[in-house]
Amino acid sequence: MITLLAIDWLFILEKLILIVSIISISLVIAMYETYAERKVAAVMQDRRGPNRAGPFGILQPLADGLKLFMKEEIIPNTSNRFLFVLGPCMAMLTAMMTSAVIPWGGKIHFTLFGADRWVSLQIADINIGILYIFGVVSMGVYGIMIGGWASNNKFSLMAAMRGASQVISYELPMGLSLIALLMLTGSLKMSSIVGGQIDSWYNVLYQPLGFFIFLVCAFAECNRTPFDLPEAENELNFGYHQEYSSMKLGFYLFAEYINMFISSAVMVSLFWGGYDIPFIKDANLAEQIGYNWLAALQGLSMFIKIAIFIFAFMWVRWTIPRFRYDQLMNLGWKTLIPLSLFNMIITALVVLLREYGWRF
Amino acid sequence: MQHLTNRAKPVDRKPMTALEKLYLWNIAKGMWITLKHIFKRKATINFPEQRREFSPVFRGLQVLNRDAEGRENCTACGLCAVACPAEAITMEAAERQPGEEHLYREEKYAAKYEINMLRCIFCGLCEEACPKDAVYLSETFAPSNYQRKGFIYGKEDLLIPHPKLEPEAYQQALGTRAKRQEKASSN
Repeated sequence: MITLLAIDWLFILEKLILIVSIISISLVIAMYETYAERKVAAVMQDRRGPNRAGPFGILQPLADGLKLFMKEEIIPNTSNRFLFVLGPCMAMLTAMMTSAVIPWGGKIHFTLFGADRWVSLQIADINIGILYIFGVVSMGVYGIMIGGWASNNKFSLMAAMRGASQVISYELPMGLSLIALLMLTGSLKMSSIVGGQIDSWYNVLYQPLGFFIFLVCAFAECNRTPFDLPEAENELNFGYHQEYSSMKLGFYLFAEYINMFISSAVMVSLFWGGYDIPFIKDANLAEQIGYNWLAALQGLSMFIKIAIFIFAFMWVRWTIPRFRYDQLMNLGWKTLIPLSLFNMIITALVVLLREYGWRF
Repeated sequence: MQHLTNRAKPVDRKPMTALEKLYLWNIAKGMWITLKHIFKRKATINFPEQRREFSPVFRGLQVLNRDAEGRENCTACGLCAVACPAEAITMEAAERQPGEEHLYREEKYAAKYEINMLRCIFCGLCEEACPKDAVYLSETFAPSNYQRKGFIYGKEDLLIPHPKLEPEAYQQALGTRAKRQEKASSN
């Protein structure tokens, strides 16, 4: 009983509220990403896009979701039933888990039962935050792999193999470009990486090449065009989700959009200052409007930055054709990895020289 | 190799340079093009709210005409049915009884007049064949329907509204036809 009382129940409650709200926010964002994708595709092709369900087609994602729920669920006879259901679950799970370590804003302050409480808008501030993200993201390939394998369909399997090799090969330059960043920040903790950028220069100014490599790899990790070989509508019949229908298909599609959102959030946090409000000293602003308002504004600025990245994802998707498989592998292994190694060495040199006062 | 035309363009098969292998410049060019298209005018017409204007020679749904007193013009001569290449028109004639002079202009009339809108090709030959100016093609098209039988239009669907009893509806159904006919007769 005593031990039970010793647990900070309020802490658990705070975290629960945070988890639920972040998961629901990312679901809603994923929903509206589908809408945004169709709108962006439309305006880039001089069309109008969905505009019938509600004003400007705002209710279109709801209609799409409802349609997916109402559809018949088909599990192929020859498939492995357990794995077939596990695939989309894995995809969704790994997509959701990454959001745990991203700081979404500054601290919120309130008084409860006469005690001051500071709540940071981050679910878990673990000291290996970025490693955790990498771990979970590389798990994402299991969703594709299991889905493709369990479908018992050669196109799905082929797509899954492609997806697995693609994700694995692009994780390398991603990690290498990150190492250069970590040399500068000196920490794997997300909150301190973001904290170092607040009211200061953003990391992208120190690591433009690193950011660029990271961006390209993020496209590949999310299986977005030009790296959408695992899906490849026209060559592989939608790839690994070919045999999926109803909400299981919906889960795969949703997972892709959540991945997009989360990887945008990661890129914003690592390179573009996270929740920092640009051009304004956040610390001065806090004194004027209070910490809670500041946290809200910071969250808003974070989401605006994320929205810009999501737009970039869509912009690229509706511009660039898909890479051929050998081109994809060449770009990954022969261009991006050497480039990121080069970036790493240069960064290491500069860091070393700065430490020794620019003496050779 | 000999080319058949002078339009053939030689393909550049030089191996890509290191810079080209990054695809950056070409990607940037493509992104610029798509970005420009965001601000271009949309080609789409929002159909139910906005309608495209039909050309003056547009041939739409058939209308059975009445004269100025509201009597049906059709005498069930069957020339339209004969002229119809799609065989969409069927009719049954009947004799005008005493006391029906205000309904039918001549002593024979169409008791039943049906056009199958699924067969009709809107060629306008019925209009050309008609000696009594009883059938013409209007400026609307047949609305969609859930059943085949809904596309068989009877007299109640085809007849123009009565010019005396429902003058507004009559004018609307007439559309620009009256003006065009005046123009044609004055020429």
